[in-house]
Amino acid sequence: MSPELPFPVAAHAALSDSQLRHNLAHVTRSIRSKRAAAVAELSDWEQLRAAGAALKDRVLRHLDEYLLELEASVTRAGGVVHWARDAHECNRIVAELAAAHGADEVVKVKSLTTEEIELNEGLARHGIRAVETDLAQLIIQLSDDRPSHVLVPAIHRNRTQIRDLLRARLPEAAADLSDDPEELVAVARAHLRRLFLRARFGVSGANFAVAETGTVCVLESEGNGRMCTTLPEVLVTVMGIEKVIPAWRDLEVFLALLPRSSTAERMNPYTSLWTGVSDGDGPREFHLVLLDNGRSDVLADEVGRQALRCIRCSACLNVCPVYERTGGHAYGSVYPGPIGAILAPQLSGLREHRSLPYASSLCGACYEVCPVRIDIPQVLVHLRERVVASAPRAGVRGALDPERLAMRGLARVFASRRAYEAAQRAGRRGQGPFVSDGVVRRGPGPLGAWTSARDLPAVAPQSFRDWWRSSNG
Amino acid sequence: MADGPDVTAGASAREEILGRIRAGLRDVPAAERPGDVEVQRSYRLTDDRPRAELVALFAERVGDYRARVSRVPAERLRQAVAEAAAELGLSRAAVAPGVPAQWLPEALATIADDDLGIETLDELDLAISGCAAAIAETGTIVLDGGPLSGRRALTLVPDHHVCVVPADRVHGQLPEALAAVAPEVSGRGAPITLVSGPSATSDIELERVEGVHGPRTLVVLIAE
Repeated sequence: MSPELPFPVAAHAALSDSQLRHNLAHVTRSIRSKRAAAVAELSDWEQLRAAGAALKDRVLRHLDEYLLELEASVTRAGGVVHWARDAHECNRIVAELAAAHGADEVVKVKSLTTEEIELNEGLARHGIRAVETDLAQLIIQLSDDRPSHVLVPAIHRNRTQIRDLLRARLPEAAADLSDDPEELVAVARAHLRRLFLRARFGVSGANFAVAETGTVCVLESEGNGRMCTTLPEVLVTVMGIEKVIPAWRDLEVFLALLPRSSTAERMNPYTSLWTGVSDGDGPREFHLVLLDNGRSDVLADEVGRQALRCIRCSACLNVCPVYERTGGHAYGSVYPGPIGAILAPQLSGLREHRSLPYASSLCGACYEVCPVRIDIPQVLVHLRERVVASAPRAGVRGALDPERLAMRGLARVFASRRAYEAAQRAGRRGQGPFVSDGVVRRGPGPLGAWTSARDLPAVAPQSFRDWWRSSNG
Repeated sequence: MADGPDVTAGASAREEILGRIRAGLRDVPAAERPGDVEVQRSYRLTDDRPRAELVALFAERVGDYRARVSRVPAERLRQAVAEAAAELGLSRAAVAPGVPAQWLPEALATIADDDLGIETLDELDLAISGCAAAIAETGTIVLDGGPLSGRRALTLVPDHHVCVVPADRVHGQLPEALAAVAPEVSGRGAPITLVSGPSATSDIELERVEGVHGPRTLVVLIAE
């Protein structure tokens, strides 16, 4: 997904949407406090976090070996493994598998990875309809909208909007449908049950895949995940290559970390773990597509690599003061919030998401809640460096880049006492028209962007050094 | 290109991805083995509390998910199943093939799930199963697709699920329960389902609603 607008522009639109801000404030505060309580219940949370981070590092530093082990295990268990370099290749593999089984409709479990590669659109181009079965994803799909939160994608819509949508789009919705969530859920249940029972082809993502046993794992709440991974004859799972974990027992760490960080539950209602195909139980055919799509590039950056530890819990979204105010759409990526600000630019290249590493106050709350200890502020600063370093240096644009000129000037000024004091004097004389009550509220030129959200202290009438010289000198 | 996956492109994708990964990991010393990256398992692996305490904790935690929980002496199990079915107003049930006859009341018309059609399961409103293990800390039931747990569709498609948990299968912590089913996974590739309360969603304004696609009622009978 390429961003339509840079973050600061998109954020402005979001900030003036009062319904959105109301919903966001409610959801982030509510999940934040519940998560804190769920985590406080465990005396060994920090040990679990450390183990989670270490296990992910072990995998990432030996990713090629673990992927080969996973491939062998899945194959031994009766599954078929495919490799996809990018979104296009992955979508083609899934479409060809569906076509080979004569399926023109597939049921899908909510999966960020398949959103990242726009699988639904890819399948549509092959005449195959993908049906989202997670309630929020169904709402998003029916309204041709985009998810705004990793965990609760339709949180920017209220119950009345959802009622109107279901009434307009689903034959199962009665004309006098109320906006009671229970009634709305019943409509979605009736609609999807029909589809589940006739579904022949299911598509899922994966939260984890165990290299040792070939077991694939999906966590969910509604039961749509169980439906999609159990009832169809053929199941295709699309997983990013970083989702592999070494051994079965390592699930003891991640199944403790993820639900408490994500939905703030001790355990989510349903966790499905399947190993290839089983006789008389579940799909007769299982395909696993291992997707790169930029992940190997992230791996190559020694500082940025830790972003691949992410288990997509969304805890960092809920504690982020920026996300809480702008919501997910402003990030222009399927990965919003702090993790999105470091993952999106790395996955699709800094060129596409230059503004995202700046969409943060670097307060560090995201690092504190991250169940796999991703130092998001560290990666943000690192990416800012990369953004600056990758700006055009040569030619007229490079030479005249205002930020570069300003920084070069500042470097010169700070390098010599005389230049510094001369600049102070000049500032004192020149700031007159911009100062009120001792602060610059709206700076001139490029400084205007900085002062649009902050006050710049004015240069004092007398500097400390001047005062020292006049009183002690 | 239109018929079936393109095998040659797949093979080269595999080599190319592995190549990119290896190129990206140039900072990792060639001699480093995965085990060299130390993982400290200093979190709780076991639970030393007495069984009675663990069973009580399990009952409490399952109850927190709004499942209906009762602790029943083994000899009263049949009666408890009958009561649960009556409370739900149901007279027919699909049953996991390994469920012993002494769990099942005579008044209930039971059909052993010997590969019943999905439509048949959809018409039956009640499923009865045992389980492979349970976890006290998280209030979780572990199903392993064996004769007692039944296959996955059995405990998914019907509207209500009565699950019998023998008290001696209750573990304190997640690591113990995962270890208990590990041989089934590595041996026969057993499909494992962890169930923690009834199916639920909070997708509309974060308000919890139960009974989305999986069973809307989960009845847990702890047999002691």
